[in-house]
Amino acid sequence: MARSKNRMSNEINAGSMADIAFLLLIFFLVTTTIASDKGILNVLPPKQDPNVPPPDIKKNERNIFNVLINANNDLLVEGEYRRKAEGLDKDFKDFIMNFGAPDEEAVALYNSLPASLQAQAQRRPESSDHPGEAVISIKTNRGTSYAVFLEVFDLAKKAYFDVYSERVGLTSDEYRALTGDDEASKALQDKGKEGIPMAISIAEPDKAGGN
Amino acid sequence: MAKFRKKKLGGSDQINTSALPDIIFMLLFFFMVTTVLREQDVLVDQKIPQSSQLQKLQNKTLISYIFIGKPKNTSLYGTEPRVQANDVLISSPEIVQWVNQERDKLPEADRSSITISMKVDKEVKMGPISDVQTELRNADARKVLYASTKKLDQE
Repeated sequence: MARSKNRMSNEINAGSMADIAFLLLIFFLVTTTIASDKGILNVLPPKQDPNVPPPDIKKNERNIFNVLINANNDLLVEGEYRRKAEGLDKDFKDFIMNFGAPDEEAVALYNSLPASLQAQAQRRPESSDHPGEAVISIKTNRGTSYAVFLEVFDLAKKAYFDVYSERVGLTSDEYRALTGDDEASKALQDKGKEGIPMAISIAEPDKAGGN
Repeated sequence: MAKFRKKKLGGSDQINTSALPDIIFMLLFFFMVTTVLREQDVLVDQKIPQSSQLQKLQNKTLISYIFIGKPKNTSLYGTEPRVQANDVLISSPEIVQWVNQERDKLPEADRSSITISMKVDKEVKMGPISDVQTELRNADARKVLYASTKKLDQE
């Protein structure tokens, strides 16, 4: 009796607590997959009403930057053959910021840009009039690999994000991390985008090389 | 030298480990909270392509996942790329119904902003993807996220 009383008064040994916790920790470490919800956002065009003919959009050829990707994953960029997509972002950027024939609004836009962006305006007559008009068009075949398409789409996004971020003085990563949830980040986001809509058109793939 | 030795003697001879369980428990709780135990059984190959211009979605509840790739069990499902939604492989016309089901799960105010995260295998061609996108347009779920991982070799 006396003995057991003596035992009760002892403290519980907590030395193995850490071991138990470790065991649980390792279990959760192994089973955890931190979900990645990262990716490239795209908004699809609305469904086309079969009774309404598609709108006839008149656009100057120079305002459209055509990228075709065929079933062999070869690229045709503005009529020129390319094997790899690398460097396309530079071409996209040059095209967007060309300011070939700016109207009044575009001139005001141009004047509001930081000097580093202004310097990029090449003002070539055969390229886009101004950012508001410029459209990047990506067309694929049904047999085109998704990886190549995504690479080109990624580069097109990069061109726009580079412009936006340069305009507000952030790095591209910082700009993309803006959530738009609070006033300040929303204001920055809008300031970057203002007057330069992200116009990336993805044409319906044609039948070649597909299934 | 003597000075140093004196100091050493003054210190306790063992590190106090009584806070160790607390630290471990903290880590444990972190992983318990972030763990998603009910991970979907993905029935198709998933080698996600890499890209640089990643954006993160704010509201996870608005995302529904669609998996596209070559079936893992080729003897049962063949080698052509298939679409998986929830735990089953579905054919293109069923996507509209699936989107509507997913949308019904959301609160009414959020239904229009449903986002479909497309987890597409590298090897898939554009054909099946465009079919899926056509169906998504039919279902009026037009916000699409091409799931992708960070490209490591940047410039």
